[in-house]
Amino acid sequence: MSVLEIKNLHVTVETEQGVKEILKGVDLTIRSGEIHAIMGPNGSGKSTLAYSIAGHPKYTVTEGEILLDGEDVLAMSVDERARAGLFLAMQYPVEIPGVSVSNFLRTAKTAITGEAPALRTWIKDVRESMDNLRMDASFSERNVNEGFSGGEKKRHEILQLELLKPRFAVLDETDSGLDVDALKIVSEGVNRAHKANDLGVLLITHYTRILKYIKPDFVHVFVAGKVAEEGGAELAERLEAEGYDRYTKAN
Amino acid sequence: MSQFPNQHGLTEHSHGAVVPLQIRIDRPKSTSVSDFPAISKTQDLWRYLDVEQLAGLDADVLGEYKEQVSYTSQQGLSISWIPSTDARVGSIGIPEDRVAAAAYTNASETLLVEINESLSEPATLSVTGTSKTASALHIFVVTKPHVEATLVLDYRGLGVLGENVEIAVGDESRLNLVSVQTWDKGSVHVSAHYAKLGRNSLLKHTVATFGGDLVRVTPISTLSSPGAEVEMNGVYFANSGQHIENRPFVDHAAANCKSRVTYKGALSGDKAHTVWIGDVLIRVAAEGTDTYELNRNLLLTDGTRADSVPNLEIETGEIQGAGHASASGRFDDEQLFYLQARGVSEAEAKRLVVFGFLLELIQRTNVPEVIESLSKVLEEKLGVN
Ligand SMILES: Nc1ncnc2c1ncn2[C@@H]1O[C@H](COP(=O)(O)OP(=O)(O)OP(=O)(O)O)[C@@H](O)[C@H]1O
Ligand SMILES: [Mg+2]
Repeated sequence: MSVLEIKNLHVTVETEQGVKEILKGVDLTIRSGEIHAIMGPNGSGKSTLAYSIAGHPKYTVTEGEILLDGEDVLAMSVDERARAGLFLAMQYPVEIPGVSVSNFLRTAKTAITGEAPALRTWIKDVRESMDNLRMDASFSERNVNEGFSGGEKKRHEILQLELLKPRFAVLDETDSGLDVDALKIVSEGVNRAHKANDLGVLLITHYTRILKYIKPDFVHVFVAGKVAEEGGAELAERLEAEGYDRYTKAN
Repeated sequence: MSQFPNQHGLTEHSHGAVVPLQIRIDRPKSTSVSDFPAISKTQDLWRYLDVEQLAGLDADVLGEYKEQVSYTSQQGLSISWIPSTDARVGSIGIPEDRVAAAAYTNASETLLVEINESLSEPATLSVTGTSKTASALHIFVVTKPHVEATLVLDYRGLGVLGENVEIAVGDESRLNLVSVQTWDKGSVHVSAHYAKLGRNSLLKHTVATFGGDLVRVTPISTLSSPGAEVEMNGVYFANSGQHIENRPFVDHAAANCKSRVTYKGALSGDKAHTVWIGDVLIRVAAEGTDTYELNRNLLLTDGTRADSVPNLEIETGEIQGAGHASASGRFDDEQLFYLQARGVSEAEAKRLVVFGFLLELIQRTNVPEVIESLSKVLEEKLGVN
């Protein structure tokens, strides 16, 4: 059983107009096996939270802490965080010219586990996960995310989630841009990883439709850089019906 | 088609329109140094270099390389020094610039490499420099018809070398020629290659440059017999202070010939500079020509500069296809972040990207020794700036 704790997190970015505070005291605790959904208006800071957990250099933590089983995550480099068991499925996955998917996956797996995976089982695992995500075998030889459609990029993120077996995953709008079939396929991938590894999930989304496939234990409403309200799955239904007016007006 | 997505600061240059050459056919050719003006940056041929960088290779008098060249004999291969007054010398190509002319005039002997039968093993000519005395070398490679061979020109050590390499590929022959430059720091190498391809012959020509302060290679492939095909590949990695210049030229003079030019380079460190000028000329007679040229550069750090200019001059409309592309992209923070977020360290991330980018062309040489040694060189170069 692991726990990821975010305490009073304040984060700024450098903008052309100067330093801007985006996260204004985020508190959030996720335990192994729990699924937390985060919903909130555009620009409220959801991706900023995701990137801050992963350690993107663009974001500066000015106050607060992130702890993984009591260990100071903020003191770790980006790759150390990944090796400690944190995973970020990005809203906009990056294209990497010249690096094939198969080479990338093997390198990442080796880095995470500290040793090269046994070739035969690895190839089998990759093929199986790709089959499950309905990704054509030809993707292995293509360059990472290069020329992938939006939906293909998202499947590729979940493929990594399944293969790298992190302890906690932040999924930043993994459902955006997916057609109905793809949404189901990707959700199943998340559920498999959740079940197999007792994964803790932080699911950032704008839509309740993904929550029909991935059942959240908690829903957090994220507004203006912090959690404005917390509840169970029923809170998502209410947001769908009422929108964020109630919270934004209060601000 | 782009290797680099636009969001990463790509400068893409890829279009069907014709960029006029400054009429490549009319470029002056001579074996005499005095026929060329003193080198200056105002000349298009030398605009990316300071004359001092040439370390004396533009002088009237140069030393000569002979003991610096070594080779082993093998069945089907004959190598000997002949006087440069031999009628064969200059029959494939003569200098188009002052440095090549100086090398031509000063090389009193020419190393004649005759490939008389198909070679079962790659042949290697090793050129090992031992001093910074500006020197000249002339190599003449000729293959008999219907042979298949691999020849590696391997340049290393400390040297300042001006060179002409003539390559006569016999009818129906297949020659795989690989020129590898892993010179020591302080070295300067300016080399002009002239290849003429026989009917239905195939030349795979690779220029792999990793070491040397200045390495400039200007390979010319003349496709003057029908059905000839040339694949010109280049791979390079410039660190701080290195200048690597490649100016491949394909002269489509006969019908139904094919050319593919692919050069890829990485740059890392302050003042790492690479230049690629890719010329393709499709003459009136060259109906049915199929050509494509491409240059890609990967900028690993700030302070690097990659110049990349494709030129296509077409004199006949009856062609199969003609295209070119050139792009220089950064290995940027977002790519690094993505790889690191998957557990990969910064050093390993760079290694992954650079190897992915360059290794393919090294592997295309199909020479195991070259692939192995250049992989090691790449590792080393990734460690420095
Ligand atoms: N590098 C940056 N420079 C300037 N502003 C930034 C930067 N990064 C984030 N911001 C701003 O911070 C705010 C929060 O952005 P963030 O991407 O976290 O929002 P989000 O909640 O993920 O929105 P969406 O639902 O649209 O994905 C926005 O106003 C955004 O413009
Ligand atoms: Mg976002």
